[in-house]
Amino acid sequence: MKTIGEINERIQKGEAVVVTAEEIIELRKTVSPKKLAKEVDVVTTGTFGPMCSSGVFLNFGHSRRKIKMGGGKVYLNNVPAYTGIAAVDVYVGATAMPDDDPKNTKHPGEFKYGGGYVIEELAAGKEIHLEASSYGTDCYPNKSLKTKITIKDINEATLYNPRNCYQNYNVAVNLSDKTIYTYMGVLKPRMGNANYSSAGQLSPLFKDPYLQTIGFGTRIFLGGGIGYVGWWGTQYNPSVKRQANGAPVSGGATLALIGDLKQMSPKFLQGVSLTGYGTSLMVGAGIPIPILNEEILNWVSISDDELYAPVVDYSYDYPNSTGKTLGSVSYGELRSGKINFMGKEIPTGSLSSYKTAREIAGILKQWIKDGKFLLTAPVFHFPGPDSKYQFKPLKEE
Amino acid sequence: MEKKLVLHFPPILVDKPMISTLIRDYDLDFNILKAFVSPEEEGVLVIAFSGTEENLDKAVNELKSKGVTIQLIESDIRMIRDRCTDCSVCVGLCPVGALILDRETYEVIFDAKRCIACGLCIKGCPAKAMVSSI
Repeated sequence: MKTIGEINERIQKGEAVVVTAEEIIELRKTVSPKKLAKEVDVVTTGTFGPMCSSGVFLNFGHSRRKIKMGGGKVYLNNVPAYTGIAAVDVYVGATAMPDDDPKNTKHPGEFKYGGGYVIEELAAGKEIHLEASSYGTDCYPNKSLKTKITIKDINEATLYNPRNCYQNYNVAVNLSDKTIYTYMGVLKPRMGNANYSSAGQLSPLFKDPYLQTIGFGTRIFLGGGIGYVGWWGTQYNPSVKRQANGAPVSGGATLALIGDLKQMSPKFLQGVSLTGYGTSLMVGAGIPIPILNEEILNWVSISDDELYAPVVDYSYDYPNSTGKTLGSVSYGELRSGKINFMGKEIPTGSLSSYKTAREIAGILKQWIKDGKFLLTAPVFHFPGPDSKYQFKPLKEE
Repeated sequence: MEKKLVLHFPPILVDKPMISTLIRDYDLDFNILKAFVSPEEEGVLVIAFSGTEENLDKAVNELKSKGVTIQLIESDIRMIRDRCTDCSVCVGLCPVGALILDRETYEVIFDAKRCIACGLCIKGCPAKAMVSSI
């Protein structure tokens, strides 16, 4: 019905009709899908939650007396970076933590600082202490180096997150008799609370369940700047069971995202720490969905009341990979503040910020309306449900 | 009326039966919300007293005169607004509804008056936006 080329022409002329995922849901209540599919060009989405599979590639440039950090040791504010690449390239991951962190020796550990915080401080332009040591070679004779850097001083700072934007996610509860400390937050005993982690109706991959418009090279909002979809994400699972409306009943698809950290803002990349678990990074991402036809319009109009998340026990079933889910609840119920589940009224909390997700969808909408952001067709599409591509467990001896 | 207080006992006072004397002398009811001895051996007691306003004031003055430092509970747990991501994971944890998610704006609001200083939000906040001076 429409092509991305036609939509981009309208964006450039300032004529494109752009609405957020929340706004299309409202419009859909009174306007026919046929009319909306014709009139609306783009629907914007957003999400902002802890995404552990995130990190940044840095290139420091060479010191006068050169050092081969590659294969040596590098610390940024005491947080170790991965050095198994070239001489002055490293990767800092969100969950890295100082070697002397007490971790869970006194459970639950506090995990006061880690890679997620280093990434936030880099994005904020703060000074970072760099310490490197190595073994010395004929071409890289220096064996140790201490200095201070900011993001402006170094060459590249490329955010590359192997897995972001989970299509759907578990609701975590605790069936045991004692409080547990998980990556899904603090869980009180006997289902004292239920934690979820998705922007639901605002979340990008709920709005394009079969990834018809999102693929390799899709231009997106990432951390406050412009980024791209760089591959399908790790643990990608298009073969997941689906609801009648196409939405996966659990996990499903994921995306690898890439972008220039120098463009990004600490407002949309925030270091966080989960008591008893470790550090992570809150990542803000937003993806525009071009309304090419009525089918896509119907997908983007799916509301929280029609999207369901599986409820999983994190005291036994999750750690032991039993695969058991206790049932499912709608995002509408989750977002209301309490769920009625297994005969109990349980207060809910979200790890993902709905307020910031809404803000991201709004910013992306404005960028497109201002003609600053054009849409892209995927360079190629990721494996779909027919591909038999699956998420496998680890084979153990 | 009820008064929630955080009492800091210097090491020299830690083994004195001050609270029991206080409740007898001033006809107070009490509810201990949290009690511990810090590594510096300072005693910290989070307590709610109820009684007449006059007696409560007298009791507070007596504690002060004996060298106990007193803080009102509201000033003890704070939200660092700049760090809060409005994720709302604290909202499901708070046992007394002192942390609320505005269901229009989806902003997390801390109502310090309701706080009983249980500290669950401090452990539960990924952004470490909830802090305490205890």
